Amino acid sequence: MTEALSLVPKAEAKQSMKDFKSDQEVRWCPGCGDYAVLAAVQGFMPELGLAKENIVFVSGIGCSSRFPYYMNTYGMHSIHGRAPAIATGLASSRRDLSVWVVTGDGDALSIGGNHLIHALRRNVNLKILLFNNRIYGLTKGQYSPTSEVGKITKSTPMGSLDAPFNPVSLAIGAEAGFVARTVDSDRKHLTEVLRQAADHPGTALVEIYQNCNIFNDGAFDALKDKQQAEEAVIRLEHGQPIRFGAEGSKGVVRDAATGDLKVVAVTAENESQVLVHDAHAASPTTAFALSRLADPDTLHHTPIGVLRSVERPVYDTLMADQLDAAIEQHGKGDLSALLAGNDTWTVVG
Amino acid sequence: MTSQVSSPAEKADGSDGADGADAAHDTVVGEQRSTPGRGASDKEVRRLDRVIIRFAGDSGDGMQLTGDRFTSETAAFGNDLSTLPNFPAEIRAPAGTLPGVSSFQLHFADHDILTPGDAPNVLVAMNPAALKANIGDVPRGADIIVNTDEFTKRPMAKVGYETSPLEDGSLEAYNVHPVPLTTMTIEALKDFGLSRKEAERSKNMFALGLLSWMYHRPTEGTEKFLRAKFAKKPQIAEANVAAFRAGWNFGETTEDFAVSYEVNPATRAFPPGTYRNISGNLALSYGLIAAGQQADLPLYLGSYPITPASDILHELSRHKNFGVRTFQAEDEIAAIGAALGAAFGGQLAVTTTSGPGVALKSETIGLAVSLELPLLVVAIQRGGPSTGLPTKTEQADLLQAMYGRNGEAPVPIVAPRTPADCFDAAMDAARIALTYRTPVFLLSDGYLANGSEPWRIPEIDELPDLRVQFATGPNHELADGTEVFWPYKRDPQTLARPWAVPGTPGLEHRIGGIEKQDGTGNISYDPANHDFMVRTRQAKIDGIEVPDLEVDDPDRARTLVLGWGSTYGPITAAVRRLRVAGTPIAQAHLRHLNPFPRNLGEILARYDKVVVPEMNLGQLATLLRAKYLVDAHSYNQVNGMPFKAEQLATALKEATHD
Repeated sequence: MTEALSLVPKAEAKQSMKDFKSDQEVRWCPGCGDYAVLAAVQGFMPELGLAKENIVFVSGIGCSSRFPYYMNTYGMHSIHGRAPAIATGLASSRRDLSVWVVTGDGDALSIGGNHLIHALRRNVNLKILLFNNRIYGLTKGQYSPTSEVGKITKSTPMGSLDAPFNPVSLAIGAEAGFVARTVDSDRKHLTEVLRQAADHPGTALVEIYQNCNIFNDGAFDALKDKQQAEEAVIRLEHGQPIRFGAEGSKGVVRDAATGDLKVVAVTAENESQVLVHDAHAASPTTAFALSRLADPDTLHHTPIGVLRSVERPVYDTLMADQLDAAIEQHGKGDLSALLAGNDTWTVVG
Repeated sequence: MTSQVSSPAEKADGSDGADGADAAHDTVVGEQRSTPGRGASDKEVRRLDRVIIRFAGDSGDGMQLTGDRFTSETAAFGNDLSTLPNFPAEIRAPAGTLPGVSSFQLHFADHDILTPGDAPNVLVAMNPAALKANIGDVPRGADIIVNTDEFTKRPMAKVGYETSPLEDGSLEAYNVHPVPLTTMTIEALKDFGLSRKEAERSKNMFALGLLSWMYHRPTEGTEKFLRAKFAKKPQIAEANVAAFRAGWNFGETTEDFAVSYEVNPATRAFPPGTYRNISGNLALSYGLIAAGQQADLPLYLGSYPITPASDILHELSRHKNFGVRTFQAEDEIAAIGAALGAAFGGQLAVTTTSGPGVALKSETIGLAVSLELPLLVVAIQRGGPSTGLPTKTEQADLLQAMYGRNGEAPVPIVAPRTPADCFDAAMDAARIALTYRTPVFLLSDGYLANGSEPWRIPEIDELPDLRVQFATGPNHELADGTEVFWPYKRDPQTLARPWAVPGTPGLEHRIGGIEKQDGTGNISYDPANHDFMVRTRQAKIDGIEVPDLEVDDPDRARTLVLGWGSTYGPITAAVRRLRVAGTPIAQAHLRHLNPFPRNLGEILARYDKVVVPEMNLGQLATLLRAKYLVDAHSYNQVNGMPFKAEQLATALKEATHD
């Protein structure tokens, strides 16, 4: 087992997917991408082999935030945007737990934006699953902070005005040690990304492109349609040249003039210049540049996979270390000595 | 202790806090020569039963430190005491201006006292601004020690003195002692090789030395303190000690100070025990640590810095060896969120804040009400609304604590009455939170937070046992005989739900802010269930056990004065004055604002008149009127300062006559 979960007790018996299904009826809209993610997570959990009583799912508000009710683990469906903060308190005080945050684009990036960036920089041992459907579903279809500019919705009949966040860019900018992107419909890829996220000590952010078939249907078709996807999706694998398109006809190279990344047609001459993906690079610069390749409107050149996976000191470990150090330096707290202090006087009866 | 004087008769004259008549040194109860703390003196020594001193200067003059030191010396000497620090919100307000004045008032006595006093017997004014800002509070005949070095044209013009108040006769009614504090400090430190500016900084210690001489304070503590504080700069440490001694010696030798004063230890005021001086925020911090120890739960604080609550975060962060985790969050919302997450994990969870922070935390407090998890919300009230007066005191967040949430979201409220009482109140709030699985407001204020008084240190075995039982197994049998765990199946006595912490096998459950089905805790939109759950949550809070309210009514009065929180000292002092003057008045003071003590309605009904003094516009009175249909009379003050005893006494006296 990895360091990330070394303090979490192991399951006594072999687990199966059904051990992680709660008795509650799943109530997302038929056809929602959330079903696929739920199935992938329930299917993946037994692989971790952790005692399920030591697993906690914490969510905020939104369609995806109903997720904890369907997991037969401990769970909290909290309030809008605050799940990372609540999970931080839990994870930083209970290192024997595997704590997962389930959130959406509105929950994590709009009302809870502050908590997300601070959780990432702080590097508490949390795995954050950000379901991005680029729309507000639960409130019935307003644009979200990841919607493309000009989005026509109930609240923006003439089109939305504000530029979207790229959650992966945001996370890298917020000092995240682990940032990945995956797609709801690609169970295999999703599971592999979850595996790596679970393995990562500290905060891991996994953006999951998730289709809302009611209010934003087909938002990610460019990445799902087999023909389009070949040109649109850049699959990142650590240690592999970054190539995509039909038979790897395209590749990502560094522009010598600007230092930025760009997509080129791969030729015999430039093949050696194709960037080899290094998820463990200490500097976030290249991971950030990769995240910027995606066109926010067409989603062309969208990298998926693990963009960045770098170990940093984990907050809850450091916090526990300070407690140990304090005991080492001053001895275990003595309440009566504390209350007395250094300056007392006695009144005799 | 240096005093050889036997203790005077216990004071029952109600002389707490000075008024105009007895503000100057005319309350002498005896005169005799004695040996002061340092060296022999040929000067006259008078004995006083109590003194109020106010140090006032620029924010940068070190007045809070000076006051703290005088307080420590006074506590060590064994007087009863009460303090009132008063400082601007700006860290360094423009020098020499009225808004930049910082002051520290200390009342000490040979008997038990209740307030920092209304009016100082002695004002130490380090500059013209300090004189101007404080002279209005100083009664005629009082001593004023001024730093004459600062009474030059520009500093005086800055605060609107066209002529020097030291020369134009405007201070004739006072006993003014002009002392060139700056010059004398620089002179005393001339061999230390300090720059003029560096040497000048020690002038507060010169003033402290002079006052220490005047009131026979012990000096060893301050010298030890200075050497420890400047351990890394021994030259500065010795310079401060030298300035301190120079101030003492100046008092001893100068003709201007012909008399020094003794205030005997308050031997009769205190029950036997070991005592220390303690401020409200420190007592509250210790109460939280003690609650964690007594509950055998790790303490977790989620907090965001805010005046006047930050000291609790600072203090708790120093005690990690008690297993205390302190988390400085990105904002107020995250601070309480983290605390609530920790509570879910089985910690004794706390968040600390003040008015604006409470507003930000409201939604999460509502979630805690719905989740029914123990959580302490410590609110140190300050002047509002909005940013208001960050460093001044007020009681105007009672209704925010009571009602400031969406939906029917009852939260118990506990309010300490004195700085030392913050310790017991914190433990009591923890008891309620843990027993009833609910968020609890601990409602202190800026006056209690920064003020200090002697505290009898409790023995550990006197402290309440706060241990809790986590859920360990199924608590319900289904019709088919299956044993299950129901997270919302309640204890029939307390109506508390089980606290099943993650890591407990077989009790996996999900909770949230959506309405839950009674028992199972599953999501429920059923109308009847919601009605039942709303009423049950209310019944749980209404049923919290709190002690009956005690009434102090020796004379079978017809008027009751009822207060809550930090007004205890001034109200009690005012009540004493009335009784000494022969006016019967009954007094009661609430610690529990939600739920109220069971006997409160019956007590209110017993009196012809109920007067409720508050540092707000009548928030407790509003609650009393609503719940008990009683014609509660408000007496209000919202000027950022505690009530003065004399002013309250006058108001109460009038109330008894109506």
